[in-house]
Amino acid sequence: MRNLFSRTLQTTIIFLIVGGILALAFGGYFSSASNVFTGSLINLQSWFSSRFVALQDFITAPRDVASLRQRNIELEAEVAELQAQVIQLQQQVGETEILAALVDFAQANPENRYRAAAVIGRDPSPFLHYVIINRGSNDGILRGMPVVTDQGLIGRVDAVIADAARVQLITDPASRVNVRLQNAETEASLVGSVTGDITLDLIPQDITVEQGDLVLTSGLGGGYPPDLIIGQVVNVRSRDFDLFQQATVQPVVDFNRLQIVLVIVNFTPVDISPLIPAQ
Amino acid sequence: MRNLVAVPVIILIVILQSAIISRITLLSGVADLPLVILAAWALQEEVDTSWHWAVAASLLVGFVSGLPLIVPILSYLMVVFVAQLFQRRVWQAPLLAMFSVTFLGTVGMSLFSLLILRFTGVPLPVGDVLGLITLPSILLNMLLSIPAYAVMRDLARWVYPTPEVE
Repeated sequence: MRNLFSRTLQTTIIFLIVGGILALAFGGYFSSASNVFTGSLINLQSWFSSRFVALQDFITAPRDVASLRQRNIELEAEVAELQAQVIQLQQQVGETEILAALVDFAQANPENRYRAAAVIGRDPSPFLHYVIINRGSNDGILRGMPVVTDQGLIGRVDAVIADAARVQLITDPASRVNVRLQNAETEASLVGSVTGDITLDLIPQDITVEQGDLVLTSGLGGGYPPDLIIGQVVNVRSRDFDLFQQATVQPVVDFNRLQIVLVIVNFTPVDISPLIPAQ
Repeated sequence: MRNLVAVPVIILIVILQSAIISRITLLSGVADLPLVILAAWALQEEVDTSWHWAVAASLLVGFVSGLPLIVPILSYLMVVFVAQLFQRRVWQAPLLAMFSVTFLGTVGMSLFSLLILRFTGVPLPVGDVLGLITLPSILLNMLLSIPAYAVMRDLARWVYPTPEVE
């Protein structure tokens, strides 16, 4: 009987304690302690989880790397192909732009007939400024014909074979072009140099030449048709003891980037050398 | 038959020179691929056709270029002459001989071009030519000379195979 009483008492006490604890827990009195406990559990679970994931990665990684590498190779090949296409398209766009500009130029100057040609090479010698074009006597190209781009004059045909021609640029040291200054209303001579710079020479001292003056072919001498644009004056050198002034000219054409040019095929140069008295 | 190798090689070299090398400038100087190739070919011990190569190269360059024909003829024959001279004297150091021939050949080519163009009335200032053409061209030719020598050595071994000693 006594044992039964004591057991009942124990059970009652345990229930009371558990109930008290639950009541305190639900009442929020154990929150700090439970936070510490659950935090520790979460940390432990995180530790296990991270180790497992690392182990899983380690086990499955080789297969994924291989597939990723394969995929990377495929994508790189695709990128290379697309880049090649982009380059081709850019080249086509560039050529189209050049051709459109040349057509505009030809339409703006209907008095001339043109033959388009591609620049396929340059003179092997650094002393000379010549380019080689892919049109020759089979296309009606003759020696002495002027060559232009949509921007302006570049030179004239120096030698011709059946399917190619050599063009002497106006930047060549041996080139000499008779020009006129549009604003100054005077004539001068344009000479090239080994560096590719072009200079105006034989400008009379009493003429005022200003920076920005436009330089055009004069047509004198019969070597070039008149009024082809060459460039602008950027610098004038005038000294009292010189007979003539000189001026540096900025050409309108970028001679390093010549791709497609126009040969003026209806211009016949005049050779006036027999008229020049022998010295 | 061995001489015929010169034709495609020189045509290819002149095409490369005109289409590519001449567009790569340092100041106003450009490399002279036919000159370098000719020097490398003439320095090969087993080669006995370098004079033919020089004549063929100078004719082709003279055809493509606006230079008077006498300039490449004189220059390339001089390159072969100097190369054969060096081949006998500096045979133990082929690269040194290659550099020397390239240097002298470039200087000679510039000198002949300058003299003959000035003689024909082209105004060429000596200072500009030296500083803007000759010196940069020497540097570019020197850079080309090492690969050119290696390529021409292989070509010489292919054209003139050494008989195996049993």
